[in-house]
Amino acid sequence: MNMIKKRIVIIGATSLIAEQAARIWVEKEVVDLTLIGRDKTKLDKIVADLRIRNPSSRVQSIAADFLDPILIKNTVDGVAALGQMDIVLIAHGSLPDQQTCQTDLSACHEALEINAVSPVLFAEAFAGHLAEHNHGTLALIASVAGDRGRKSNYIYGAAKGLLVRYAQGLQHRFAGTKVKVVLINPGPTDTPMTAHLKEVGMKLAPAQQVAKHMVQAIEKGVNKVYIPRQWQIIMSIIRMLPAPIFNRLNI
Amino acid sequence: MQNVTSWGRLDDAPHRLVSLNRDHLQGTLSEHLPGVAHGMGRSYGDVCLNPHGTLWNTTSLDRLIDFDEATGRLRCEAGVLLKTIQRTFIKQGYILPVTPGTQMVTVGGAIANDVHGKNHHVQGSFGNHVHHIKLLRTDGTLIECAPNHLPEWFNATVGGMGLTGVIVEVEIELMRVPGPWLVTETIPYQNLDEFFKLADESEAHWEYTVSWIDCLSKGRQRGLFMRANSVDVTEGPSPKTRTLKLPFTPPIPLVNKLSLRPFNSLYFYLNQRKRAQTVVHYESFFYPLDNVLEWNRMYGRKGFFQYQCVLSRENGNDALHALLDEISRQKEGSFLAVLKTFGHKESRGLMSFAKPGVTLALDFANKGARTLDLFKRLDEIVHHAGGRLYCAKNAYMSHALFEAGYPHLQEFLTFCDPGISSGLSRRLMGQ
Repeated sequence: MNMIKKRIVIIGATSLIAEQAARIWVEKEVVDLTLIGRDKTKLDKIVADLRIRNPSSRVQSIAADFLDPILIKNTVDGVAALGQMDIVLIAHGSLPDQQTCQTDLSACHEALEINAVSPVLFAEAFAGHLAEHNHGTLALIASVAGDRGRKSNYIYGAAKGLLVRYAQGLQHRFAGTKVKVVLINPGPTDTPMTAHLKEVGMKLAPAQQVAKHMVQAIEKGVNKVYIPRQWQIIMSIIRMLPAPIFNRLNI
Repeated sequence: MQNVTSWGRLDDAPHRLVSLNRDHLQGTLSEHLPGVAHGMGRSYGDVCLNPHGTLWNTTSLDRLIDFDEATGRLRCEAGVLLKTIQRTFIKQGYILPVTPGTQMVTVGGAIANDVHGKNHHVQGSFGNHVHHIKLLRTDGTLIECAPNHLPEWFNATVGGMGLTGVIVEVEIELMRVPGPWLVTETIPYQNLDEFFKLADESEAHWEYTVSWIDCLSKGRQRGLFMRANSVDVTEGPSPKTRTLKLPFTPPIPLVNKLSLRPFNSLYFYLNQRKRAQTVVHYESFFYPLDNVLEWNRMYGRKGFFQYQCVLSRENGNDALHALLDEISRQKEGSFLAVLKTFGHKESRGLMSFAKPGVTLALDFANKGARTLDLFKRLDEIVHHAGGRLYCAKNAYMSHALFEAGYPHLQEFLTFCDPGISSGLSRRLMGQ
């Protein structure tokens, strides 16, 4: 039987939220999944796991450069050439240490590149292909940290904030077409990236739960979603606080 | 530090919680000693706890590594849930050969407690189906052991309660089944002789046997005997997807003197006429309580104890009478009372619980000294009959009973990792 499978591409596929989302997709239906990451060995372990979970699915991995615009373009064109895509999830990011970013500009530069420039370049490259087919959903993982700059993580926040503006513009560009752009804003999530926060007792949402809500939001094609949902309320209050009050808070 | 409690909710001491990261396993274990591996926290007492110490959470080690469709051999990380294994492989015609009464446990925990199921008389315990264990010691050494490779390490680790090292990867063999359904039969019995007769008759032709016993019916030990076989049908009922959740912890136990006797009578009368064979989904048969989320809260704020013993068949009948009399006299005892015969398949572990005979499992609301006094009397009966208690379900037992019940204890201690300690190991082994 020659079944048409849903084609899903995940960039930054070794991130825990992305891996959990990939599991949800392969366990739910027979899909054609392309995982893009930087580390081939790590990718292949995830591929093996997903293939066991659903032997009928097609799962492949591609190791790629995440910073060079020309290489990014080549990677995306190569993936797009294999057929029409239904979902593209751009999931990569890395939480830098704010103090280090303040004193070491190369660390700051690296944080801005991996959290903002790289996702935008990937998204922009994919957007052209989705526009060409007038089909598909492009999802970007930002963060609640992108809603307002805070002294404890504003380099990360600024990078994620760039994704918010970018997604807005892309949503404007694709208004009235069949291409959807979904912006995911997770709150603090229990992943290896936040292990140091967990040890000091910070409450973190389980990655499985975040992935589950993210997959639902992507399938619905909503513009913007906060996960868990209560962050929508919390962040709207934080965004509205007048600067004289906000700047006195120790957050 | 975070407060952590096990399934019995007896204690919620602070613990340092550390999620294991597969990319830095070795480094993580040497920090913050002593620690102990902690999966889903479904064991009842203190075997999975380490009050004021470190818990290495293994649920982050949740990848499947390799599956051989021809042999049913699965290699996976230790934090994979039995639920994941069941749901993934039932579609490919395989099922776990041994499963406990909940699938919300990790495969590493199932091995560390060498859990058993309703088919012990056919398949033995979980450890009988393990082919390989990758064990990480706190000094960074990795030990790969198998039934025929470093078997002394393998036997110490199966049923070893996580004390020999952290199980990080395993290989188990799944069992072929025609599909997800079972055909079941429920038969009432009026006394222990009838129970043993039913159990002996059923073992030859039924893969799964178990019984619920009404531990409060004075003088006679009535109960319901359930037996089941996998069945090759093309259609059957779906598993229940609706879940209930106990929304809060009631101030007093919902299972109490007033509720238990009528509940037990009602349960017996409602089920005693169900003789006819029915087809059920394996999830409904194996895991009836998994759909009631946080059912352990029904015993109230002080939590509850489990009491599970195994007795040889020679002494079993008398000892069971004595145990049930003692419980009935105190008007204590549980709704979830289970009586089952164990078969002759030897458990591999030095500290494995299951052995040939009969096992009784009960739970008791925690009423402090009154409950512990009852346990002292029950312990004496079990000790006298040459039985043992299940460590995974224990929060209190006498040293004498522990040492008598586990004759390989001294040998086992030589395999324990000095960087690992649990509530149970300190309580019963002094380290």
